[in-house]
Amino acid sequence: MYDGALGDLIEELGQLPGIGPKSAQRLAFHLLASDSADVERLTSALERVKAQVRFCENCGNVTEAEQCGICRDPRRTETLICVVEEPKDVLAVERTGEFRGRYHVLGGAINPLEGIGPDDLRIRQLMVRLQKGETKELILATDPNTEGEATATYLAMLVKPMGFKVTRLASGLPVGGDLEYADEVTLGRAFSGRRDVD
Amino acid sequence: MGVSTRKLFRDDAVVLRTFKLGEADAIVSLLGRQRGRYRAMAKGLRRTSSKFGARLAPFSHVDLQLIEGRSELHTVTQAVGLHLSGGAISSDWAAYTAACVIAEAAERLVPEDHQPDLDVFQLTLGAFRALAETDLPPVLVMDSYLLRGMKSAGWAPSLSECASCGKAGSHRAFSVAAGGAVCGDCRPGGATVPAPASLELMRALEAGDWSNATAADPRQRTEAAGLIAAHFQWHSERPLKTLKYVPHQT
Ligand SMILES: [Zn+2]
Ligand SMILES: [Zn+2]
Repeated sequence: MYDGALGDLIEELGQLPGIGPKSAQRLAFHLLASDSADVERLTSALERVKAQVRFCENCGNVTEAEQCGICRDPRRTETLICVVEEPKDVLAVERTGEFRGRYHVLGGAINPLEGIGPDDLRIRQLMVRLQKGETKELILATDPNTEGEATATYLAMLVKPMGFKVTRLASGLPVGGDLEYADEVTLGRAFSGRRDVD
Repeated sequence: MGVSTRKLFRDDAVVLRTFKLGEADAIVSLLGRQRGRYRAMAKGLRRTSSKFGARLAPFSHVDLQLIEGRSELHTVTQAVGLHLSGGAISSDWAAYTAACVIAEAAERLVPEDHQPDLDVFQLTLGAFRALAETDLPPVLVMDSYLLRGMKSAGWAPSLSECASCGKAGSHRAFSVAAGGAVCGDCRPGGATVPAPASLELMRALEAGDWSNATAADPRQRTEAAGLIAAHFQWHSERPLKTLKYVPHQT
């Protein structure tokens, strides 16, 4: 084990997802050997991301303004809202070029075993949005796995009695995976072939 | 150590839950027929091209081939679906929340020590299949599971005799701390007096007597559910954190 500043850095890096103790050590020594200018650019990028990036007040996507670029774009319509788990899923759907509506980012999926319930996601904000009366259809594009399906089930149960059209991405999307790993063609097809939730 | 020197084994197991790991892998919490409760790594599970597909989803029953890990963590190499209950369960909110409680309770009932527990294995598999394949009310399936699971673990509430002195009969008072129904002589302070029909429902649930259980009225279901949950949590010494998501009966 290393003490002091180096030990602290290794420990912090080791908290990052997908970084084990060995990788943390390798990264720390790499930074130690790097030019000061390179390290300063990294620290300033970290500081700026925390200071400047926030979540869109309308949809929960990442943005540096009060609203994200998609919510500010007058060509995008609030008539159609695509509900996704994470900001990275917005990118996945955008890549298909199939969608001209707006998004709602939940910030995860319902997972009772991990202590994540409906109140821990941006579901209340979605209800507020729907009450404005501009939206006709809600497309549930949560991940095609158990937690994503359960989240879609919960939302459909909540929203259908309010009279909205609720659709789910078509089957054909491989089951069990994360949405972000679906390729554009498959995801685009799942989008245009979306079916009503009964 | 190369993979070839490690031991392969097979087991059929129910998936209790999955944890995301790194970029696209997952750790699967399993209850196996032969190996009891253990965890295994499923590499690439979350990629859409995963060879496991939806087979390692929570609540599924799968035939597995695994590589024995040096520590407690094994690695899944093959999975054949036997009963893929996850899809049907997750499309019904009541069934899904009941299944989560069952998965949490199963982890409580069976320690992670590789000792087989055939009773709890069968109960868990049966409960997930009942949620996916039958029209039985999910909350009743869950309550029946909790009662039978506690019975198998040896700390079910006593329902047909006094929990303290063993006197036979349908006693009216119920004390979670004393271990279930108690007679008039043994009744401790703080014992409740549920409706006799609620204790009747608990006996039906413990016996898997679905025709009587489904005939019980909602008030009895709610009262029995409260006693069962209280008993389970008191005797396993921890709350079931998934219980609060189960929708209240209407
Ligand atoms: Zn936005
Ligand atoms: Zn007694």
